[in-house]
Amino acid sequence: MKVFSTYQDGRLTISLQGELDHHAAKETMTLIEKLLDEYMPRELALDFSPLTFMDSSGIALLLRLTRRLSGAGGRVWVEKARLQPRRVLEASGIGRMIRIKTEDEDSI
Amino acid sequence: MRTKSENYIKLEFPGKSANEALARSAVAAFAAQMDPTMDELGDIRTAVSEAVTNAIVHAYPDEIGTVWLTARILKNGEYLEIIVRDKGRGIENVEQARQPLFTTGGEERSGMGFTIMETFTDRLTVRSRPGAGTTVTMLRRIRKKH
Repeated sequence: MKVFSTYQDGRLTISLQGELDHHAAKETMTLIEKLLDEYMPRELALDFSPLTFMDSSGIALLLRLTRRLSGAGGRVWVEKARLQPRRVLEASGIGRMIRIKTEDEDSI
Repeated sequence: MRTKSENYIKLEFPGKSANEALARSAVAAFAAQMDPTMDELGDIRTAVSEAVTNAIVHAYPDEIGTVWLTARILKNGEYLEIIVRDKGRGIENVEQARQPLFTTGGEERSGMGFTIMETFTDRLTVRSRPGAGTTVTMLRRIRKKH
């Protein structure tokens, strides 16, 4: 799993590249938390366009990030998810807690 | 009773998390001969990943135990059967474990594993005996393309 980030005007965009499973989740969470500590963003955009696989370990990661950001009044969303991660997001019902932007939605 | 099987693979590996990717890739590579769509292949990889992760995280919490994986083509290529078996600590209450959001895994787990396995397969059977192990059997239909 590779983690890329850009920061601008209070928004941290993190791109996840690779496969987010139980094996990759812990290291990924550590990397993301380090970036959150560094930038303290108000908004966290998770760019899933380079994410080729995700299972329920990714759902746990999203729940943790949502708790952390919303506790500080921030927002988290997922954008540009491919088909397989999108199906896992839908099956989990996490869309009730975190915004899943569809492809035709522009960044706000 | 088991129907005549046409082709199968059996895989045995230690329950190390690095083997999760191997397990789902192996089943996906095996299933390729059934001419699945990308959707079907994605569903199969996801279901295998969940079942194998459960074995690694929950069956063997304090040790690296062995995980057995079988993938089998059934009914003239109409169904793929996936069996994930461990000899770990077992599940006390299978019905409770299958509930969405139920987990004993702490904040690194979402409690959605069985829900995703159920969503992405056509049938999910869980047999478990505390102290003896767990067998998860999943059946997924692969639709004929013509």
